[in-house]
Amino acid sequence: MLTPTEGLHLLQNGDILQLGQMANAVRQKKHPGKTVSFIIDRNINYSNICSNECRFCAFFRRADHKDAYVLPMSEILAKVEETVAAGGTQVMIQGGLHPDLDLPYYLHMLATIKEHFPVAIHSFTATEILYMAQKAGKSVKATLLELQAAGLDSLPGGGAEILADRVRKIVSPKKIMTADWLNVMETAHSIGMESTATMVIGLGETLEERIDHMEKIRALQEKTGGFRAFITWTFQPGHTELGGKKTSSWEYLKTLALTRLYMENISHIQGSWVTQGEAIGQVTLACGADDLGSIMLEENVVRAAGTAYQMSIDKMVKLIEAAGFEAAQRDTKYNILRRF
Amino acid sequence: MQKNNTAQQKAANGERLSFEDALELYHGADLLDLATWARAAKQKKSGQNIYYNVNRQINLTNICTALCPLCAFSCEAQDKQAYVLEKEAVIRLLQQTAAKTPGLTEVHMVSALHPTKDFSYYLNIVAAIKETLPQVHLKAFTPVEIVHFSEISGQSVEEVLRQLQAAGLDSLPGGGAEILDDSVREIICPKKARTADWIHTIKTAHRLGIPTNATMMYGHIESIEQRLQHLFTLRDIQDETGGFQAYVSFPFHPANTELSHLARVTAWEDLKMIALSRLILDNIDHIKAFWMMLTQPIAQLAMAFGVDDLDGTVEEEKIIHAAGAKTKTGITKAEIIEMINETGYIPVERDTFYHEVNNGKSGLPAAEVQD
Repeated sequence: MLTPTEGLHLLQNGDILQLGQMANAVRQKKHPGKTVSFIIDRNINYSNICSNECRFCAFFRRADHKDAYVLPMSEILAKVEETVAAGGTQVMIQGGLHPDLDLPYYLHMLATIKEHFPVAIHSFTATEILYMAQKAGKSVKATLLELQAAGLDSLPGGGAEILADRVRKIVSPKKIMTADWLNVMETAHSIGMESTATMVIGLGETLEERIDHMEKIRALQEKTGGFRAFITWTFQPGHTELGGKKTSSWEYLKTLALTRLYMENISHIQGSWVTQGEAIGQVTLACGADDLGSIMLEENVVRAAGTAYQMSIDKMVKLIEAAGFEAAQRDTKYNILRRF
Repeated sequence: MQKNNTAQQKAANGERLSFEDALELYHGADLLDLATWARAAKQKKSGQNIYYNVNRQINLTNICTALCPLCAFSCEAQDKQAYVLEKEAVIRLLQQTAAKTPGLTEVHMVSALHPTKDFSYYLNIVAAIKETLPQVHLKAFTPVEIVHFSEISGQSVEEVLRQLQAAGLDSLPGGGAEILDDSVREIICPKKARTADWIHTIKTAHRLGIPTNATMMYGHIESIEQRLQHLFTLRDIQDETGGFQAYVSFPFHPANTELSHLARVTAWEDLKMIALSRLILDNIDHIKAFWMMLTQPIAQLAMAFGVDDLDGTVEEEKIIHAAGAKTKTGITKAEIIEMINETGYIPVERDTFYHEVNNGKSGLPAAEVQD
């Protein structure tokens, strides 16, 4: 395993092609063969009302804003139904920190969905979990156990942003800090609820902070083994208070390759067509990624920041095949469901 | 790195490739291996330099007798988007550009095959551009247009080129090559210059001391063999004349063309073709990535795949955007420099002949332009 110093050295001085090739060798060792997987799912953003007001977010609204909304249960169910009808196997339900929605609301939501549809519920970020627990006056573990019993299958890795409190205090001062995020993940893994992990780059973090982020995830993975995949996103500055420049694809690909090299104990690396576009998404397959995430029947958060790439099953399959790989639809646990 | 077949070995050693080698590499080589070899080839030609220039596109007219199925830009005279720029309008545009961009070093002018404009229209525009901006390089007219001028004027290609050269034409952009295979041209551009005409025009230009670029438009109906053969045709011409300055490939943009049922090839293919072209065209100095065609992220990445030229800042491109390109129609010098700096290469502003232009004092001093 790379040490943090070695990781930093590679991130600072590594050659893009060499990093890509080394990462690809690790990917081949972990997942020999040509399969590149993806999932069909839908993001359901049940509400955009959020008291966190992060400066990098273009999606949230204050409760009194004219565009503020909470989806009625019937609409959430209709969206799940459409997802299942389109061959989807997963929903990713995420909202903000809504001051008036409590744990029973979420438990009811999960139970109702599970009652009607055989769909994997890969939902709620660590930030939302902690907020639910605090509002309910319960421990994170008790909260997660209740959510699990109601139907929550796994946690997406969102909300990690960059696990460096220096940066978090600038870009999302009201959002949970590093230790909380890691604690929610560790607790979830301890009750058999697996998750993914993410990293957002371009928030003003140093390269050391990026390595530190990877190190924290890798260390927790050594302990729990509960992270199924690691996903790097680039901050989308459009329409956000933070603003600034987009991280280049050059930088993104180098970082992505390094995540493959650094996190040997995590099985899958996802390439992000959602933040990088399908062209760079495809190129990630040469740089260590073995999965292209979801075709996302609906996505609102990145779109709110002015980035809207379109994907379909057909397009995804062609993209993978044109790179010389074999496309496969997977489920949330990375079991292959269908080949094309 | 030890490679287990001859083609990969040759590519890794920087040896000249045969057609069979190229085909083997296309089908068998790893993308990043190709990039590594192509980048080494680039390094030998241009070291750490990545070139760009400050140029402006002018498209005189979109009214065209060829109306190629591959084209989204051309139209007929009665169509509502039809336009023709007269000499005065061209000069006005250039004066505006020169005032705004004092460092302009090149005008890139390609157009349609207008049904009624005679050869003197083009000659007069060339002369007028040179008179207005005497120190700006004029790169204009594809071989397809030159063949058209020959037909409408009843003069030989050589005579047409001599007159344009005398009027002030400095070089040809080399477009219209598409795929140099008549069975392909019959379908994608049946009414325009054939393979032999294109080659003859290019060789004639080179003989007259008019340098050109070499191009390919790929990703439509051609086979991989036809695509690679095209590159070998260009290499053969270059062995004979040495007149190609740079090679640039254009992925076909199908939107709004008669071939819109085709899909745009993927970025993977673009990068692979860039690397292969650098490896095959061992006798052409520069490989250009046209950011407008590829998008900025892929053009930036192309610098790791053998490219040493990002073309220009390009003001107001029309033809590619008519085919649905979603890139900007121009970018600033600062943006290009930043793109290059991030890769660790050295940005070098060039003139059309790849001479370094001194930044800040490039091209015409502002005062002279306003004279």
